[in-house]
Amino acid sequence: MRVSFTVNGRDESVDDVWAGESLLYVLRERVGLPGSKNACEQGECGSCTVYLDGTPVCSCLVAAGQAEGRQVRTVEGLADGDRLDPVQEAFVECGAVQCGFCTPGLIVQAHDLIERVPDPSDAEIREALAGNLCRCTGYEKILDAVRLAASRKAVTP
Amino acid sequence: MTLPLRAPHDIAAPGIGGVGESTLRPDGTLKVKGEFAYASDLWAEGMLWGATLRSPHPRARIVSIDTAPALAHPGVRAVLTHEDVPGRKHYGLDLTWDQPVLAIGEVRHQGEAIALVAADHPETARRALDKIAIEWEILEPLTDARRAAFDPSYPQVQDRPNPARHQPVRVGDVEAVRAGAEVVVTGTYEVGIQDQAFLGPESGLAVPAEDGGIELYVATQWMHNDLKQIGPCLGLPEERIRMTLSGVGGAFGGREDLSMQIHAAMLALHTGAPVKMMYNRHESFFGHVHRHPAQMRYEYGASRDGKILYADVEIVLDGGAYTSATLNVVGNAASLGVGPYEIPNVKIDAYGVYTNNPPCGAMRGFGAVQACFAYESMMDKLGDACGIDPVTIRRTNAASQGSALATGQIIHAPLPMKDMLAQARDLPMPAPLDSSDIRNLPGGASQTTHGEGVRRGVGYGVGLKNICFSEGYDDYSTARVRLEVIGGVATALVHTAAAEVGQGLVTIEAQIARTELGIENVVIHPADNQVGSAGSSSASRQSYMTGGSVQAACWAVRDRLFTLVDGLYDDLSLAGGKIISASRGVIASIEDVLGDRVIEETREYHHHPTTGMDPVTGQGDTHTQVALCVHRAVVDVDVELGLVKVVELAAVQDVGKILNRLSLEGQIHGGTAQGLGLAVMEEIVVSDGKVRNPSFTDYLIPTILDMPPMRLEILENADPRAPYGLRGAGEPPTLSSTPAIVAAIRDATGLALHRVPVRPEHITG
Repeated sequence: MRVSFTVNGRDESVDDVWAGESLLYVLRERVGLPGSKNACEQGECGSCTVYLDGTPVCSCLVAAGQAEGRQVRTVEGLADGDRLDPVQEAFVECGAVQCGFCTPGLIVQAHDLIERVPDPSDAEIREALAGNLCRCTGYEKILDAVRLAASRKAVTP
Repeated sequence: MTLPLRAPHDIAAPGIGGVGESTLRPDGTLKVKGEFAYASDLWAEGMLWGATLRSPHPRARIVSIDTAPALAHPGVRAVLTHEDVPGRKHYGLDLTWDQPVLAIGEVRHQGEAIALVAADHPETARRALDKIAIEWEILEPLTDARRAAFDPSYPQVQDRPNPARHQPVRVGDVEAVRAGAEVVVTGTYEVGIQDQAFLGPESGLAVPAEDGGIELYVATQWMHNDLKQIGPCLGLPEERIRMTLSGVGGAFGGREDLSMQIHAAMLALHTGAPVKMMYNRHESFFGHVHRHPAQMRYEYGASRDGKILYADVEIVLDGGAYTSATLNVVGNAASLGVGPYEIPNVKIDAYGVYTNNPPCGAMRGFGAVQACFAYESMMDKLGDACGIDPVTIRRTNAASQGSALATGQIIHAPLPMKDMLAQARDLPMPAPLDSSDIRNLPGGASQTTHGEGVRRGVGYGVGLKNICFSEGYDDYSTARVRLEVIGGVATALVHTAAAEVGQGLVTIEAQIARTELGIENVVIHPADNQVGSAGSSSASRQSYMTGGSVQAACWAVRDRLFTLVDGLYDDLSLAGGKIISASRGVIASIEDVLGDRVIEETREYHHHPTTGMDPVTGQGDTHTQVALCVHRAVVDVDVELGLVKVVELAAVQDVGKILNRLSLEGQIHGGTAQGLGLAVMEEIVVSDGKVRNPSFTDYLIPTILDMPPMRLEILENADPRAPYGLRGAGEPPTLSSTPAIVAAIRDATGLALHRVPVRPEHITG
C-alpha cells in the first residue's frame, strides 16, 4: 500500500508498504530517518517516541497506515539546523547521554514535558519519563538535563 | 567497494579539555540529533534481511530438517544450516570452540540457533523460518546445577565433563581452627539470572567483498577476539575479514560472545548481497549470554569481638550449555569469594557447570557480583551475632594496602576501606518519609498505602572488583596516533580497535591526546581491525589499557616531534600548541616545527603481569588491580504488601584519578542502577530450562521512578602502576549496591532474605 504523511515538515509518500509495518519501521527503513530507535518494538521502552499530530507516541505501536495524512515529528526534526533544541543541548552538557540508544525517545518525551509544564518538579519529570528505559545512566544526569533545559527555555521563550 | 549508508566515520573532538576535565562526549551531538550510526541503522543498496531459526526446546535431538519449503517461499534468497558453515563448525569466547555456529543434530538450550534465512523483507524472512520443518526427539533437560557439580552420575550436557571448572582456594587450616570459634554463622544464598538488557539489540551488516572476503559492520566489545572465531568458521584468513565497529547501544558484557557476526557473513557470502541482521527484544534475550545464577553456602567463624577466624565457602555457578566466560567467572568468584576482608583461614570451592539452562557468561561484575551478595550478607549476619553494627564489623575485618587477598596476593595500592566506610556512614541521611505526597511511598501512584505499614531501613555494602583481565592473561591494547597540520592547525588522529559502548572511551582518548600533545584538535578514527587489538571493553579496563596505549603512542609522537626542533634541549614539553623548554620558554609552535610532515606512531600497552591460580590452593598474584566501592542504601518497605522503594543510594568509590568527572559519575550511577535491578526486580525466570519472561514487559529493569537520588563521594588515591594512577570504575558499584539494598530491606523488615532479586512474596511471606 501507499502511505503519505508529513514528517518534520516534509511531505513523504511511501510505496509498497506491507500492512503489518509499524510507523517506526517506515521511518527507519523507508524514509531514511533511523533516529527513532528499535529497542523493544513493543511499547515498553520509549526509545521510538515521536510526535504524532503533536502527541508523543511509541512509533513501534502505530501501524504505518495510521499515520496516513498526519503530521509526524521525530528527533531529527527538533534541532534548527546546527542549532540544537535546548533539551538536546542540555542532554549533551549534563552527561545524560552514554550509549545514546534511549536518548532520542527521552529527548522527544522531555521536549513534550517542557512544552506542557514549563517548570516541572522532579516528581513531574520522573512521572513524564517513566515510560522511557535507560540502561546506562541510572537517570540521575537525565534529571539534571531536563531541569537545565526547562530553566533555559524559561528565560528564552 | 562503496561504503554502506550510515557507516561509522571519523568523529571530530575539537575544543578544549585534557585529562581531569569534564570534557563533553564528541559523539554526544550526533546522538541527541538521532544521527549517530548504530549497528541497527545500517543500510546498503540491495541488502537482504537475515533471520535465525531458534530452538523452542532446551534439550532435544534434531531427527531431520527440511528447508525446501522455506527456500520456495517468495522473496527468500537463502536458507542455511550447519552443513553450510564453510569452515570450523564451532566457535566460543576465549577460544573454547564448543558452541556450534548452527546446531548439529541436537540442541542444548532454548533459543539455540539452528538455521538462517535471507530474504528481501524482514517479515518474509520470519515467515520463511516458520516453513522450516524439523522433526524433534525431545529430551528431559538437565537443569540441576548442584547435581551437575557434585553427582558424577548426572548425564553430560555436552562433550566436556562437569564441572567446567572447580577452583579451590586454601589459606591456613579451616578444620584446625573451626572448633575454636566463639561465634559461628552460616548462610545459604542465591542469585537469579540477570540480563544485560542493553537497549540496542544485536545487529549488523555483512557486505561481500570483491576479493571473496567480507566487510562486517557490527556492535561488539572486542573485534579482534570476534575475528579469531569468525575467520576459522568462515574458512577465511583474517586479512580478508574487515571489521568496523558500528554504533553500540550498550553492552555490559552481553556483546563479548558472538551473536549474528558469523551468521550474517555466511548469508552475505552465500547470496553475494549485503545482509543485515537485527534481533528484536524477544530474540535478544536468547541471542546473548546472561549473568550466571549462583547457589552459595557460607560459614564464618569468629571471635566474640567480631574478628573473623575462618571462612568456609562453596559457590556453584550455572553456565548453561556452553563454556563462554564460565572459566574466568569461576576464577573471579573464587579469588574474590570473601571480598576485601582479612581472614586467616579460608576454604573456598567455586564451581562452574554445564546444564541445559540459558547460557551464561560475561556481565558487569563478572563472578564478583554473586560472591559479593553472599559475603556482604554474611558480614551483616556476623555483626548481628556479635552485637556489632554493620559498619564496625566491616571495619574490624577490613583489608587495606599491604593486606593479602584470599589468593595470597598483596594489595599493592591504597585501599582506604575503613575510611570509606566511615565516610559512607557519616554522609547526611535523606529526609524522613513525607507521606503527604503519595509518589514518595512504596507503590507510588498506585496508591497502595498512605504510609501505614511502611518501615525505613539502612544497609551497607562493600564490593571489591578486579580490573583488567586476570590469571596471567596479557590483555594488551594498541593505539595509533598521527599528528599533522590540517587547515593550519596541529591535529591528532587517534586510531584504536577499542569499542566505545557508551562508557565514554572516545572522550577519554581525546582528552589524553590533548594533554600529552598539548593541542586542541583531536579526531577519533572509527574503531576497526586495521590496527592491533585493544582488548575487550570489559573488566573496567579500557581507561587503564587503551588509555595507556594512547598515552604511549602520544609520547612516541611527541619524542619524534622533539627531534625536529633545531638546537639541543633536554627539557622540552608540549602545551598550548607550543613546544616549550623548561629553561628557555617557548621555542616554537607545533605547526611551525611540523610543517607538512606527518608523524605517526603505534604503541602497545601491557599491564603488570599476573599469574594463574594454583589449581589446588588458588594462590597467586592473579589480579592486575583491585577497586573498591562502598554503598549505603536507605529504603522504605511496605511490609504488608512487600513493596520496596529505594529512597537514596550513597556511594564512596576510590578511582585513583578522575579523568573526567562527568563521565565517571555516569558510570557509577549506571553501575549502581544495575545493582538495584538485581536487588529488587531483575531476573530471567526459568523453569524446565525455558525462559518465561523474554520481554521488557516481564523482565523489569529500573525506570526513572525506581531510581533514587544518588550521592557520590569520589576519592583519588593513586595506583602507582596505572596510567595517571587511575582505577577502573565501571563495575565496583554494580557489586556493592545490591547487598546494600538487601541489607536495608532486612533492617526494615527483620527478615533474613537469602536470595536476589527480593520479591514482594519474600517480604510478605
